[in-house]
Amino acid sequence: MASNGTSKQRSAANNNEVAFIRQEDAPILPPPTISSGPAGWLYENIFASMLDYSSLGAAVKSILMTVFTAFVAYVFVVQVYGLLDFAILSAVWQDPEEQKRQVCWTVEQGGALPNGWHGACWPYIIAKTKFILYGAYPNESLWRVNSTYLLGAILLAWVMIERLPYRKFVAAFFLTIYPIFATVMLTGGGFGLSQFSVGVNTIAGLALISFGRAGKAGWITGPLLDFSKVAGLAGWFFIFFAAALVSVGVDFDLEKIDTRDWGGLLITLVVATTAIVVSLPLGILLALGRRSNMPVARTLSIIFIEFWRGVPLITVLFMASVMIPLFMPEGVNFDSLLRALIGVTLWQSAYMAEVIRGGLQAIDKGQYEGADAIGLSYWQSMRLIILPQALTRVLPGIVNTIISVFKDTSLVSIVGLFDLLGATQSTIADAAWSTPVQASTGYLVVALIFFVFCFGMSRYSMYLERKLNRGH
Amino acid sequence: MVKTSVARDEKRKTSLDETVIVSMEHVNKWFGEFHVLRDINLRVVRGERIVVCGPSGSGKSTLIRCLNRLEKHQDGDINVHGIELNNDVKNIDEIRREVGMVFQHFNLFPHLSILENCMLAPIWVRKTPRAEAEEIAMHFLTRVKIPEQASKYPGQLSGGQQQRVAIARALCMQPQLMLFDEPTSALDPEMIKEVLDTMVELADDGMTMICVTHEMGFARRVADRVIFMDEGQIVEQNEPEAFFSNPQSDRTKLFLSQILGH
Repeated sequence: MASNGTSKQRSAANNNEVAFIRQEDAPILPPPTISSGPAGWLYENIFASMLDYSSLGAAVKSILMTVFTAFVAYVFVVQVYGLLDFAILSAVWQDPEEQKRQVCWTVEQGGALPNGWHGACWPYIIAKTKFILYGAYPNESLWRVNSTYLLGAILLAWVMIERLPYRKFVAAFFLTIYPIFATVMLTGGGFGLSQFSVGVNTIAGLALISFGRAGKAGWITGPLLDFSKVAGLAGWFFIFFAAALVSVGVDFDLEKIDTRDWGGLLITLVVATTAIVVSLPLGILLALGRRSNMPVARTLSIIFIEFWRGVPLITVLFMASVMIPLFMPEGVNFDSLLRALIGVTLWQSAYMAEVIRGGLQAIDKGQYEGADAIGLSYWQSMRLIILPQALTRVLPGIVNTIISVFKDTSLVSIVGLFDLLGATQSTIADAAWSTPVQASTGYLVVALIFFVFCFGMSRYSMYLERKLNRGH
Repeated sequence: MVKTSVARDEKRKTSLDETVIVSMEHVNKWFGEFHVLRDINLRVVRGERIVVCGPSGSGKSTLIRCLNRLEKHQDGDINVHGIELNNDVKNIDEIRREVGMVFQHFNLFPHLSILENCMLAPIWVRKTPRAEAEEIAMHFLTRVKIPEQASKYPGQLSGGQQQRVAIARALCMQPQLMLFDEPTSALDPEMIKEVLDTMVELADDGMTMICVTHEMGFARRVADRVIFMDEGQIVEQNEPEAFFSNPQSDRTKLFLSQILGH
């Protein structure tokens, strides 16, 4: 009896611990904000880690953090101040008496500046601006380059700003008409009309388009029907090509400017833009080809990618400038800029293809099956389902590749093209501006220009990433 | 508003009995050396509701995935909605237009909104005008009871809601046959009911359905026929009442005792 009672008591006690009924809800509270505003941010992110002396270990850690923070701050301040001092505070800005190099000389060197002076020599850059930006492009024709830049910038901005209407239309214009416009403006056009090739392209185009129309109208049956589906599109390509031939062939009475006279930022932008714009679609095709079930497409893609990826860009450029002319028939002169352009573009496509293939591999098999099951064709499912997701996922990699090729364009200087770096370097060799700070000033400008473009691309890609994020 | 595909049906010449929508004859399939489907013979008539069950690895998913060529059978004849399923891409495309499929993991397109997920196939495959496609999509989203989620993205929905969207997406093509590949297996318990309710409603409307599922309550309530598969073969099939109360084969008895045991 007694034992029975205790066990009951025990179980009652247990029940007391286990059973629980909430009588009133726990209050919903705001988070404990210790800090807000800039001061709070500084405290949380910088000083909090230095102020804990509650134990020996914490004190040692706080002291180490203090020393480290102070060191980083010191290096940062010294570097930034050094750069500011060189580029702005101590810099020479004007050369009113047209002394050229003497304006940036110290007393010791025969000039007027105090001994030990070290600063940028901006009059030198001002004198060389035209060459750094345009190379030997004739002065009286610079408006052609500038208007090409202006139209390109307007079109690009239009495509990038989402609020504007007709963005797809503008993008199509940018990728089709604009390159022809730019070619004519920059080179002067007037390459001569070959009636034969224009005629052949036009006729082929018209034939293909009518074939496509006939297929749509239901006049064609059998195996040719599949062909007629792509014929229409292919036809427009031929027509476009014929139109492009006519546009660059017709003489617009512009002065012809050989690409040997192009230089500076102009070459950098032409090579980089072409490589970027062409390598993206080409890379997509190669990546799809490499993952294709069709052995021929797969093998060709693998050979292409591995060949171009296995060769350094410098080798590609050398081969383009030295080897290609050997295979050309006598008298055919292949423009050296065009050769470099083709080399850089194909080389870049191989890299782009591998980045995009990484994205394709990250897509779940279920997405392919989902697209198949609702009846989408291969190209539809790639365009509507797979590629939008794959490209979004590898956007950082794509932009990385783009930024990298933008900077790699400076390698074209080794095949005799004066890109931004090459042109600046050649101005550094100009004895009329020879000073101890000439090279530093020149390279600072090159670095700044490259940085502005690359940083811009980087920021835009981060914006795109945020915009395309669907929270999955 | 939702037009049926009468015109298309009239054009199609079928050698089979009009009411047979799926016929599989002596179908065999191998994964490498592994014989995953062994001599499958199956006929499904219009309006029939079939539940396929069996232990995992028995080939039941492979069976229904063969019906719209997500898997390729190597031997035997498959005929869906009067179209022979062979290597001809045109036939495959035509069959996929008539067969809707719902997957275990939903397979919604995460970069498109719910509405766009549903409008995609009508617009690109059926070439339906945009406005009409939107009307169709909203009709079926209303039918699965989530029209208010139309502008959200799949990642913002619960599993049960996503699966109902997947059902609506398949219905937007107004298919003749719906395939369900373990539609509730990836769901939390409290969401299974909303998906099953949607499927029951669909069955009540007369949709021809083949469901691979472990939901025996659903089978009992909806199925006209239960098919039990094991080791790549159809071992037993019967009406649900007889199948559950009086299984004939030992393997069926063992399977039922295992899944109904607790």
